[in-house]
Amino acid sequence: MSRKVTRRRFMAATAAGAALATFKFPSPAIAQAAPFKLGLLTVKTGPLAQGGIQMEQGIVTYLKEKNYTFAGRKVEFISADTGGNPAGAKTKAQELIERSNVDTIVGPLAAFELLAITDYVRQHETPLLSLAAAEDVTQRHVNPFIVRPSATSAQCMHPLGDYAAKELKYKTAITISEDFAFGYEQMAGFQRVFQDEGGTVKKKLWPPLVTPDYTPYIAQIDGVDCCVNGFAGSNPVKFMKSYQAMGMKSKIPLLAGWTAMDDALLHSLGDEAVGVKSAHWYSADFDSESNKRFVADMQKNYNVLPGGYSAGMYIAGMCINAALEKSGGKAASKKAFAEELHKVSIKDSPRGPFHFDEYGNVVGTVFIRNCERKNGKLVNTVIKTYPDVSQFWTYDEKKFLSQPVYSRDYPPLKS
Amino acid sequence: MNARVIALAAAAVVLVTLPFWISGVYYLNVASQILFYAVFAIGLNILAGYGGLVSLGHAALFGIAAYATGYLLQAGFGHPAAILVALVVAMASTALYAVLSLRASGIGYIMITLALGEIVWGLAYRWISVTNGDNGISVHSRPQPFGISLTSADAFYYTTLIVFVLSLAVVAVFVNSPLGAALKGVRDQPRRMNALGYHVWAIRFWASMLSGLLTAVSGILFVYYNQFISPQTLSLTASAEVLLMVISGGASTLLGPVVGATLVIIVKNVVSAYLTRWNFLLGAIFVAIVILMPEGLVPGSARLWRLAWRRTRGWRATKAAETKQ
Amino acid sequence: MSFYLVLTVNSITFGGLLFLLSSGFSLIFGLMRIPNLTHGSLFMLGAYFGATLVGGLLGMVFNFWIAALLAAILVAASGAVLERLLLRQLPGQPSAQVLVTLGVSFMVADFCLMVWGGDPLSVPTPELLAGFVRFGPLVFPLYRLAIIVIAAVVAIGLWLLLDRTRIGAMIRAGVDDPDMARVIGIRVSQLFTTVFALGSGLAAFAGIIGAPILSVYPGLDQDMLPLALVVVILGGSGSLLGSFFGSIIIGFIYNFGQALLPELAYFVLFLPMLLVLLFKPQGLFGRFSS
Repeated sequence: MSRKVTRRRFMAATAAGAALATFKFPSPAIAQAAPFKLGLLTVKTGPLAQGGIQMEQGIVTYLKEKNYTFAGRKVEFISADTGGNPAGAKTKAQELIERSNVDTIVGPLAAFELLAITDYVRQHETPLLSLAAAEDVTQRHVNPFIVRPSATSAQCMHPLGDYAAKELKYKTAITISEDFAFGYEQMAGFQRVFQDEGGTVKKKLWPPLVTPDYTPYIAQIDGVDCCVNGFAGSNPVKFMKSYQAMGMKSKIPLLAGWTAMDDALLHSLGDEAVGVKSAHWYSADFDSESNKRFVADMQKNYNVLPGGYSAGMYIAGMCINAALEKSGGKAASKKAFAEELHKVSIKDSPRGPFHFDEYGNVVGTVFIRNCERKNGKLVNTVIKTYPDVSQFWTYDEKKFLSQPVYSRDYPPLKS
Repeated sequence: MNARVIALAAAAVVLVTLPFWISGVYYLNVASQILFYAVFAIGLNILAGYGGLVSLGHAALFGIAAYATGYLLQAGFGHPAAILVALVVAMASTALYAVLSLRASGIGYIMITLALGEIVWGLAYRWISVTNGDNGISVHSRPQPFGISLTSADAFYYTTLIVFVLSLAVVAVFVNSPLGAALKGVRDQPRRMNALGYHVWAIRFWASMLSGLLTAVSGILFVYYNQFISPQTLSLTASAEVLLMVISGGASTLLGPVVGATLVIIVKNVVSAYLTRWNFLLGAIFVAIVILMPEGLVPGSARLWRLAWRRTRGWRATKAAETKQ
Repeated sequence: MSFYLVLTVNSITFGGLLFLLSSGFSLIFGLMRIPNLTHGSLFMLGAYFGATLVGGLLGMVFNFWIAALLAAILVAASGAVLERLLLRQLPGQPSAQVLVTLGVSFMVADFCLMVWGGDPLSVPTPELLAGFVRFGPLVFPLYRLAIIVIAAVVAIGLWLLLDRTRIGAMIRAGVDDPDMARVIGIRVSQLFTTVFALGSGLAAFAGIIGAPILSVYPGLDQDMLPLALVVVILGGSGSLLGSFFGSIIIGFIYNFGQALLPELAYFVLFLPMLLVLLFKPQGLFGRFSS
């Protein structure tokens, strides 16, 4: 016990912000309930910082809105920078859990970071609300401490496949995405639904994560009704520019996953993005009370249009707040709190109504958007909504789970 | 000499008693990380320091050992068998690495090792049936030598400490052995050594093998510590990072790489909790080291210490002489 | 057929960009024997400076070419400072050079992240060159074709500088034999600063010229540095012709490799580099050696 106290003192003495405040006023803090400690795993330095910085903006915006108080408990917020690699994610998870004794973690950003710490958070029974998309964490290797209020990789791509086949009446497609798991899982999701609705995926192209010039790949896109891209980070900017520069945009229309046409990315894009249709579990354009507030606060705090990275963390904050209100501010039993998080169901959120399935993954709206230029600015206008989309789409859960996880070669191309 | 013995004894006492006075598991885990990265850096120092062969692909060897361990454990091997086979795989890879890279020296060697590192990194991404791509391989348990489970932070720390001390001892013996002397000779005077009848290539080859062995051992500690391995661990950045540990601490000194590893791990893992711009700080520290002590922290501090010592002694001597007059 | 034509043209344009990127690295390495690992950072810095000027700074929006020139001059000056203050102290100490250049590249990368944030910046193609060129059914972006011209102009300019001017003669003498150059009265010290500034400026210029295609983002430095290394190894260092042909060859290997051997996409650059190093360590054209 004495060991714990010294550790907490050390924290309070050294960490900035909220920690400092509790140190200054020790007596009321002890008299009332101890603060709820919320840890963020994100990437603030290095090449992946783009999404990571937005994640922090999202959760901080929610905390400010709530005046750093959830269900009457003060929230102490601790942000950790993983540097965007698995070993860093592990060390920072250790810092949050072993040193700062956080009650709950939000984040991390990348699938490989999440996979590096899933066993660890289970051993230490710490609830985690993930942004990262690795399918199997809420499918074949369910972890009772993890809930995912964002989406699995394929969750938006299933509806996109449906939309492409049924509404846009496309018959054939070529997919292109980075050569890594997030890309495989996205494209497999599109392919499966698109083909079940009568379409055919002719080719799947996989440029490496670092590809300075996409032209050699774009040159292979020909003779199909549409091209689906699932790029992430800064790659969509590079890809779509080259796609337009080669005169392809008028020839073969582009569809996109959520990371490729995220609202936060729009200010980095130009005419090459106009007319691109994308599927996203969040849209800044969505007309709900809480979304208007969120978008306005993000404008005010950071002067940015929010996208999925910040919305995902904002919504994760909402989930924690809702679970704490339900439990009367108690989170001491982490197991019970994780179960409480699974039961969260919110009607008015920036992404619309949502709840979690028994695997801890979100069931919510997916928006199909068309990118337009309005008053000189790019906007993703919602053209169709798919309500209550689960990670299994319309497929039978058991059958879905008995099949292999989506990968580079599964489902295979129809020959 | 006496001061040195006292310092070493003090360091030994601190390291052995660390779990008793450090507060919290977290810092003990950071200490374990410092120790196994130090083993990695000590291993690279054999080539980059004593051998003058700056390898920019060592993360590949580190990663091969880690991947082999993870893969074999996943395939159902027991811990001792997995570790043993992983070491064999890593040594075979090191032999190939040495045969290819030792066709050149100097900048050519740097570039070959860089290319090899990038190729192995690409393999880790693309050879999905073995490596599971960027989803990586999880290791679900740690070994239990003599019935002691390494699951606890304390037990893992002591295991790492033992490996660290052994590695340091091996390199200390190696450096003072005829082979070690020959390696340094080959670094400084390759032509003359050749003329004297030394087999330059063979000396460098066996140095590479020893370096590869220590690298592989640290790679295995890494995979057991993190219980996860994915391609990022093999990236060029990772190779550069360990090289920076060696150079900043002081290449071709026994303790330089240890100091360098401590510096890098602490900035990366501890300072980064308080300072968002820790990358800038790390870069600035490297630049400062080059300006103040281009030979590295350990030899640089020793030089400054001697300088200061001589000055004060010189000053005392003059003062003594003055009072005599 | 048209597929191959597109790849061929693109190989040359990509090669042009690679030449702009690598010529400075080659020059610095050839003369000063410094493996300048900040080269990617200088490229990125040029791209960020250029993007800022083109996007508007303090109410002034700059023309693309003026922005490119200003960015190049700014980075060239920073390069000169880097050489004067740091690299100057470390002749013949490759380890310390590696440490200091990597240290500076860490600082530059974090500085860019601090100033410009994590979001990618998109630089619009200069208006004059925004269109397409049509060859029958084929479409080529005009800007990419223009890069070939820009690279050719820079190559000729560099060649004239090295071959026809006094300073060029001094540089060549320095590359061939620095000690001899010193003996015959060339002020090698000033020459080094000049060449380092020139190489840095070239990197920055390449950064802004490449920006409409590559865009500007954190990590651009790490993406570009290996490309510069590969070109210099293939072409040999300190040789303008080597850099030029090395760039074009890499352009072809990259384009055809990625398109025809997608399974080898990760190895398409480093496998040829390895083979060249193993069988012709001095590079295909130059005097690349230790």
